[in-house]
Amino acid sequence: MRRTRFHGPDPAGRRGRLALGLSGAALAIFLTATPALACGGLIGPNGAVNLLRTTTFAGYHDGVEHYVTAFQFAGGGGQFGSITPLPGIPTSVVKGGDWTLQRLIRETNPIFAEAAPAASSADRLGAVELMNVKIDALDITVLKGGANDIGQWATAHGFRLPADAPEVLDFYAKRSQIFLAAAFDADAAKARGQQVGDGTPVHITIPTANPWVPLRILGLGKTAAEPVQADVYLLTDHAPALLPAPTGSNGIRLDASESASDGLLTDLRSDRGMDWIPQSGWLTKVAVDGTAGQLDYDLAVDASGAGRPSAVAAGLALPSDPPVQTPVDMSRLLIALAFVGVGLVGVGLIGSSRAGTRPAGS
Amino acid sequence: MSTGRRTVLGFGFAAILAAATGIGANAVSHADDPIVIPITIHWSHYDPDRITVPVGKPVTFVITNTDPIDHEWIVGDAALHERHRTGTEPVHNARPTEISIPARSERRTTITFAAADTLQYICHLPGHEAYGMVGVLTIAPGG
Repeated sequence: MRRTRFHGPDPAGRRGRLALGLSGAALAIFLTATPALACGGLIGPNGAVNLLRTTTFAGYHDGVEHYVTAFQFAGGGGQFGSITPLPGIPTSVVKGGDWTLQRLIRETNPIFAEAAPAASSADRLGAVELMNVKIDALDITVLKGGANDIGQWATAHGFRLPADAPEVLDFYAKRSQIFLAAAFDADAAKARGQQVGDGTPVHITIPTANPWVPLRILGLGKTAAEPVQADVYLLTDHAPALLPAPTGSNGIRLDASESASDGLLTDLRSDRGMDWIPQSGWLTKVAVDGTAGQLDYDLAVDASGAGRPSAVAAGLALPSDPPVQTPVDMSRLLIALAFVGVGLVGVGLIGSSRAGTRPAGS
Repeated sequence: MSTGRRTVLGFGFAAILAAATGIGANAVSHADDPIVIPITIHWSHYDPDRITVPVGKPVTFVITNTDPIDHEWIVGDAALHERHRTGTEPVHNARPTEISIPARSERRTTITFAAADTLQYICHLPGHEAYGMVGVLTIAPGG
């Protein structure tokens, strides 16, 4: 497959060209709006959200997952938001680099494709706010809590959660109780001079031994038959093992799996906050192209080379329950003690009997 | 045994039997008490999603919303539901057949159905009906 390549050290020109590449790429997981504030291109009067194609980058190196996604301004006014489940507590949430996502799209797209308000720190509802960050017109809050805690926090902060949110939040909270809520103020974006299509990249750094990429959340608010499309780029030290395996028929497809080129790594490393990019790596592109009903899982990644991606991380199995402390059954205990007692008596009798038959002086 | 003694014993036995079976004076007051039917909302679904109640007897529905989002319980015929699908009332509660249940809360409503019918109970918040928040209420004669 021919791939478009990005050449040249000119970041300004690069950004201009890459803007074309961004036209198919967009933000993550928009789901809600405050009824009072809902308006504009993304939010319909019934709370429906017009999703654009999502592009996400998950890099994993030295036990740290770097998750880069972009929130794209699609015009209109008011506020809307998203909730993203995370595999662990981030150490930082900062503005992402300007061209990382676009550069990744260039790396894997065939040539014919190219032609074409700050949250309160008070925890009144059970969810704990671990971090509050403002990036451009985005108010980002990292939350810790169970499904009900997160749902109630979101509702109290003006998010209008769709009907499937309780089940989906529960799906994630059973594995990781860390969520990232982002509220996007379209009026503020307009005031900042952001144009329709401008993206605000966000770079989340998460130390974790168990990286995964949330996919099920992409279907939030959609009916089972509605399409979900997204591009997920992975950069790992070794060729990763993925679960579920992208077969195409299961809603995810492997579009690229190759050693990352020096040019790509150099370009990515030169972007803001991307100096962690290693000297070598493996690039994988997984295209999500299915229906919301198909996406009842996440993408588990084993980047260690061991080839054992976690079924729990993929949402295909529940974390093992803690050992159950069963109450002691006294009758069984007494029977067991009786057997032990009989055994000890027996051993004692055998011993004394042998002692009695032991030859004198031996 | 004299007749009077047999009568006393008979009343005594009847009293014990009545006390044991709960019939008697209590039965009169219980007959007017509403039938209580609990409904749980979990993951945006009703449980149970099929209920049968008798004609002419008061029924108290105790609706518990375990979800972190708001829901509705609106019972009625097809025409009523069609109106609600395009309705704009943000909150219900003015009618006993139209109840809003805020997140993580419980609401009670008592209804006496006058005639046999088959109705539906539906949550008309956006997307909830499509997600499966639909139940069937059968009002059976002779209850």
